[in-house]
Parts: sequence; structure tokens; C-alpha cells
Amino acid sequence: MTDQPDRAQPETVQRRRPAADAAGPAAAAAPAQGAAPDSGDLTGELLTSDQWTDEMVRAAGIPVTDIPFVTIGGGIGSFVTVDYLRIAGVSTDRVAVLSNLDFAWQTYEYLTRVSQIPRPERIRSDSASRPDNIWGFPSYALAEAVGERTFAPLWQVLIEPIWADYYTPKAGRVFAGLERESKRIGWSEMLVKGQVRMVRKRQGGGYFVILTPMVGSTATKRLAYRAEFVHLAVGYPGLRFLPELQEFRTAHQDFHHVVSAYEEHEHVYEAARTKHLVVMLRGGGIVASRVLQRLMDDRAKYGLSTEIVHLFRTYISSSHGPNAWNRRKGANGFAYQGFNYPKSVWGGQLKARMRKLEGEDRGRAYKLMGGTNTPYRRRWQAQMKEGRDAGWYRTMTGTVEQMRLEHGKIISVVKTQNGMVEVAADFVVDCTGLEADIAEHRVLADLLEHSGAGRNPLGRLDVERSFELRGSASGPGVMYASGATTLGGYFPGVDTFLGLQVAAQEIADDLARRGFCHRIGTFRSITQWLRWARDRQP
Amino acid sequence: MLPTLGGRIQTRLILLAVVGGVVTLIIGPLLPISAPLSAVYQDTFVILAAVAVLGIGWECLYHFLMQWRWEKDWPTLFGLATAIPEGLLVWVLLAAGAIPGITGTVPAAAFVIDFALVWLAVWLVANGPMRVPFIRWRFHGGRLV
Repeated sequence: MTDQPDRAQPETVQRRRPAADAAGPAAAAAPAQGAAPDSGDLTGELLTSDQWTDEMVRAAGIPVTDIPFVTIGGGIGSFVTVDYLRIAGVSTDRVAVLSNLDFAWQTYEYLTRVSQIPRPERIRSDSASRPDNIWGFPSYALAEAVGERTFAPLWQVLIEPIWADYYTPKAGRVFAGLERESKRIGWSEMLVKGQVRMVRKRQGGGYFVILTPMVGSTATKRLAYRAEFVHLAVGYPGLRFLPELQEFRTAHQDFHHVVSAYEEHEHVYEAARTKHLVVMLRGGGIVASRVLQRLMDDRAKYGLSTEIVHLFRTYISSSHGPNAWNRRKGANGFAYQGFNYPKSVWGGQLKARMRKLEGEDRGRAYKLMGGTNTPYRRRWQAQMKEGRDAGWYRTMTGTVEQMRLEHGKIISVVKTQNGMVEVAADFVVDCTGLEADIAEHRVLADLLEHSGAGRNPLGRLDVERSFELRGSASGPGVMYASGATTLGGYFPGVDTFLGLQVAAQEIADDLARRGFCHRIGTFRSITQWLRWARDRQP
Repeated sequence: MLPTLGGRIQTRLILLAVVGGVVTLIIGPLLPISAPLSAVYQDTFVILAAVAVLGIGWECLYHFLMQWRWEKDWPTLFGLATAIPEGLLVWVLLAAGAIPGITGTVPAAAFVIDFALVWLAVWLVANGPMRVPFIRWRFHGGRLV
């Protein structure tokens, strides 16, 4: 895998390519010898030292830029953190965003689009979870009601979730809001394009962040940023296929008939419009629901005859949970939940409880409230019922033992309770969204090896309640991490819009205690909200 | 809302005191009560205090009921609809003369207007604008301190 950034696609996407998967971690360890001194590249001494001196970096000929706060990733995690800091009085010249993304929602928009949430569709997020507005007021529902002159969104929020599905905003509205806020806080002034290679502690305090800039944009291959505070928000380290799907793809070099829902797979829907197809879905989460909806929508819209076989590993047939006050709804294979976690992890009772749990207790709590789930939406229920009644939507429970290609069809040998069953399909869509280990990410692997960072009970980065990366302090310098890489910490909903804002608030408050920015108190909050409302710079 | 028990009680007391207090001040002269304004204010503020005090008990009940919800949330409509049992209880106690400090008789129409407007204002503020001055409030289960 090259570490020269690709302008076309975000890093998370590159990592799912087969070639990249194959190279993966092995490639990360490649340059054992290091470059020559004064070459502007990483020398052997830099590669092998846990702590760098200013002299070591100078001797390597890598140009150094001093900046107090660096955020790595440049996606929505970086965005909401920087948004908080800008509102807390930090000027743009004190922040650098190191990223290979052109804009903060680039990866998010790519992933939502390919997983069947184009701009007019609604994402799975609460009305008051606004990454472009740290107050969550006005909520998306209120903004939609005013913007489109309709009471419908407000009525839905009023009667949700009992008499209506949870209100969720349209992806397009979310992106438009992010674009506005991005301009307001001067995101482009802080953005430095390139691929972050590593973060190392600096002797004397703080950190060096090594960036590989865009090819040809600088005189040297690397640039160094010397920062007191570093924030990591690199998103998902990568996605994995189910092992049998990966084996099939590799053995047959077939990336056409077995696809991930998180990669471009429009050809499946296009093929369904030209002939009768059987599509096998794997997984029972939100993405499976989305792909299912697209297949069912197209079926109805174009009068198609597509058949869907939905394979669940764990089939949920009814409400489930250990006791009456911990029971989640479920039916027809799915576990139903409005959002990724029970709602109160973002601010209520569960958030308060999780904050106190350590080690195995926390791991158990995650297991209880986690697991694959999807929202109960009335429209999907009606479509699935129609499919079940007519026989074109069938569910199965089991695991796939073997896959083979036969006369252009993919035959999955499924181990069920009633023995082995063979299912023939034209396409298999993997919606399981298995995530790679954090060590698959080059920057995180380097951190685990050289900077004292450790793992939490779920194997991700171990952070404090303030989202400080445990064990990585460097003199007065602090490294923070938020987002998917920190799942398993004291706060469960990290990989969500609101979760990123919870983390950003904790980080901003911690930085205020360390004198880096103002603490956002009542007066600043009101005045800054007024500036937000008038689209004025913070 | 996503309240903790402590957050529920704090939010209720603060909002009734500030938002409820302002609304009570504004609507006092407009209520259909044939009594001097000082007596009207005394009665309406006593009712406001009764809603606050009784509310501590109500919040414990709501917290208990919330435990049966998987999400451990308190839907928006619940926050509005609980006005009915709470209003009825205050009215029954008022009619029974069980609320100390009431100077005269509060007509039903005046009570309904007073109670409904205060409740609506508090509910509206809690469901949005509250997040502007108190940016940590929603992440702390409704706690302010």
C-alpha cells in the first residue's frame, strides 16, 4: 500500500481494496533501514526511536512547522472537535487539520451513498445530533419545518417513537449544514492535505506528527508538525469481509458477484433491472435494511422479479434481554433499536452508568446493549411483509460453510439447524460491516508500538473520560482520540455525530483546563450561538 | 429527553423557577380572577411552588416508569402529556384546600390557563433553547450542577 494519498477516494476506502488488504500491515513495516540523513525522509534513527529530539528531525532534513494543536483524520471527528475549539476562541492559525480528504464529510458521504443513503434519503441519526451546530438547536426537524414550511417534522418529533418512527434528517441537509459551518469556521485555512505517517513523542514535551504531503507539492517527501496537543480521529481502521466471502473473492478473483455494501455495487441494482435475479444478503444491521429497501423499492418501481434470500447468523424472533427493564424489541430476524445504541448512552442514565464501569464490567455492558440492530421503520416492515407473503423475500438462519461458482451462480452451502442447505444466488451482498483491527491502520499501529497507547476492553484505543489517550502523555503535551477507534471506552456512542460532539466537549473542556482555550460558559455559549445563527465567524 | 433522576429534578426546579416565574409574572394580570393583583400573584406563585414540590415525587415516578424503556429515554410527548395528571393533582389539592398560602378561590378557568401556559413554556424551553445557554446540560442527563 502506498502512503502517497489518492485524491480520488478517502483512505478508508482504499483500505478495502483487495490489493491493499493483501499488502496491509506487512507494508506498514516495510522501510526497516530508513532514508539517508538530510534527505527529507524518515531515517532509521527516527523509525526506531520512541521519542524524537528536535535535532534528530533536523538531521533528517524534514522541515518542521510549529502549531499548538494538530488533528489527524480530517473527517467528521476532526471537524466537530475543531468546531468546538473555534467556538472556544481558538484562532485558525493555532490549528492544523492533517487529512487526505478535501472536505470533512467526504468519507461519510461516500459510505452513505454506496450503502444506499443518497442525499435525499434520511440517515440514522437524531434530530438534535447536528455536527454543524454544537448546541443541537435548532434541531434538524425544526430547520426542516421552517425551511420547507411544513409542520410534519415537528409533529413526528412530538409523537416519536411510539406513534411514529424516529425523525431522522436527510443526508443532503446534513451535508449542506456541514458545508456552511465549514466555511464559517475557516476549515480550509486549517486543512493541510496529505497522508499522516506517524506520531511520535518529542523529547521535552509535545509530539511530532509526520505528514506525507501530496506528490510534488513540497520539496521534501515528509513534513513534520511539532505540536503540544494532538487529536486522532482517523475513523474506521478498515472493513473486513466475512472470511468465506473474502476467500471466494480471492480464489475466483471475482469482485463483481460478491460485493460489500460499503463499496460501489450499483451494478447489482442495474443487473436486477435487466433480468430476473436472486440476491443473497448477509447481515442484520442498518446497512442490510438499506440494501433491502433499495432492492424492494426498485422491485416495486420497475416491476422487477428480484428474489431476496436474507441470511442471518443470529435470528432474532422476539423481544430479548435478561430482564423486564432490559428488553429490546425484535422480530423477523432483526433486533430493533432507533439508533446504534439505546438512546440514553448519549446523555442520560446509560451514559452516567457506563462512565463508572471498568474492565470486564464495561465489556459486559457493551455486550448487553450492543449487537447488530436496525431501526423499526413502518415502511420497511410493510415492504418485507409483502415480500414474505408473496414469497420473493425469504430469511434463513445459519453460517456459510462453503461457496462455489456453478453455471454463473454463486452456491452458498449454509449450515442450518436442519442440516446443510445449498442456496444459489446471482449476487451476494455482504452487509455485515465487520471492522478491521485498529492495528491495521498504519498510524495507530505505530502508536501502539511506540507511544505507550494501549487497548480498552473491546480492543480499541484506551482513552480516559476526557478522551486523552492513556499512556501517551508527553510532558505538558496531550494526545486525544475520538470516534470509532475508541469504541469500548467510558462512553459508548463514540462513532456517531452526537458521540463525536460529546467527545469534542470533553476534549475542549480538558484543553480549557490546560489553558489552551476558553471554557465555553453560558455567556460565550449564547453569544457564539448568535454568531452561528447569523453565519458569522466564531 | 435523556434524563437521569438528578437531572430531571434539577431541570424541573430551574425551569419552573425561571421560565415558570417569568410566565407567571406576565400572565398574572390577564387571568380571569377577581382579586387584587397582589393576591393573584400570591396564588399563582404558590401554585407554581406546589408544582415544583410535588414534581419531585412525580419525577421519581417517571424515572421508575422509564426503567421499562429499553432506550431509557423520555419521549417528547411524555413531557407534554404528564401535564394532565400533574395538573389534576394540583387542582384536587387546591379544591381540598390542601395547598397552604392560597388567599382566595382560584377559578377553574384561571387555573387551567395559568397551569397550561407555564407547562407549555417550560416544555418548549426544555426541548430546544435550553441547550444554548447550558451546553453541557443535555450530555449530563439534565443536570446543571
